[in-house]
Amino acid sequence: MAVGKEIRTQIASIKNTQKITSAMEMVAASKMKKAQDRMLASRPYAEKILNVIGHLTHANSEFKHPYMTASSDNTRVGIIVISSDRGLCGGLNTNLFRSLLKDIAAWQSDKVEVELCTIGKKATSFFKNTGLKINAVLTDIGDKPQFDDLLGTIKVMLDRYDAGEIDQIRIAYNKFGGTMTQVPTVKQIVPMEVTEEKSKDHHWDYIYEPDAESALSALLVRYIEAIVYQGIVENIACEQSSRMIAMHSATENAGDMIDELELIYNKARQAAITQEISEIVAGAAAV
Amino acid sequence: MAVIHVDVVCATEEIYSGEAKCVFAPATMGEIGVYPMHVPLISTLKPGEVRVETENGVESIFVSGGIIEVQPDTVTIFSDTAIRASDLDESKALEAKKRAEEAMSSSQTEQDISTTQAALAESMMQLQMISKMRGKKR
Repeated sequence: MAVGKEIRTQIASIKNTQKITSAMEMVAASKMKKAQDRMLASRPYAEKILNVIGHLTHANSEFKHPYMTASSDNTRVGIIVISSDRGLCGGLNTNLFRSLLKDIAAWQSDKVEVELCTIGKKATSFFKNTGLKINAVLTDIGDKPQFDDLLGTIKVMLDRYDAGEIDQIRIAYNKFGGTMTQVPTVKQIVPMEVTEEKSKDHHWDYIYEPDAESALSALLVRYIEAIVYQGIVENIACEQSSRMIAMHSATENAGDMIDELELIYNKARQAAITQEISEIVAGAAAV
Repeated sequence: MAVIHVDVVCATEEIYSGEAKCVFAPATMGEIGVYPMHVPLISTLKPGEVRVETENGVESIFVSGGIIEVQPDTVTIFSDTAIRASDLDESKALEAKKRAEEAMSSSQTEQDISTTQAALAESMMQLQMISKMRGKKR
């Protein structure tokens, strides 16, 4: 039957799309599980280092590391932006960029200059067009981020901090708050916001080997790397869960569209049959 | 008998956690042995073997460098997952900078293609919606 051929092809194409989106949903669901495991596995490292840093603030060290002492003025901020490499994950990246742009606008009105380091293709292509200075780029991190890849990118920022060209380093990423919630987060990593609640009754300090400066540097650099790594892993978990939700609703929408089109198709088919019958009847009456 | 709590962690996972009689670690200044009630110490580690002596025997873990923190009742060893060397890090930093420059200068990159494709897909969808709405009106 010639009727409704266009509608039928349209239904077929939407069905294909639906198959793709539901497959993507399932892939994202399984990747999310893995990303979550990776996220949990990397937590002890960052937590343990934080513990040590907590001890350090209690110790009466004669040496204060620059990463732990806030500089008096704040004229330049460096931000490490973590995004996904791929799209089709709902509003994940856009939400993060939007909240970050708000912060950047606030800083700029306070005459604070902003420079970036972008991780992930989406952040790189987005911030390229904002005219902000990008110091370092890391893309194609994949589902299993390698620690080695991060080092260079982080070193660029730390070098600039060491040289006094930036006064603060912040990190922007999506915090994983369960499957349904991703929270765009911007937090300060250097200088560390240490809480000085120490009790002065015991005076002790670590023995540092080989010396205080190199031991502390090694520790603090690892801490910063651990935070950035954690941020990336969390962002990947967010990306997968966000994609899973987006693809789920896409599959549902495709189903709705198919239902609607099938109704239209059936109506057209019925109308054609009715018309044919009435034509036959009219023809028979005429004879 | 006094015991110390030992944690060996690396950035991607927890390697060992438990009580021990003593721990030996390859500090940069030479191997150190840590028994309970050791004075607080922070030291960098060189590649080598960490030995954890427990009631049930000796646990041996290889570390490729890292940091050890000693408190009287706990020992935490942060093992490196990445190989570090100042010149290696330097070259990686340069690569990251280069990528930034490339991204800033080139107008036609892979990223642009993907954004253009996304924009194209979006306008295609809009067209479809418009034609669908027109079809309904009729």
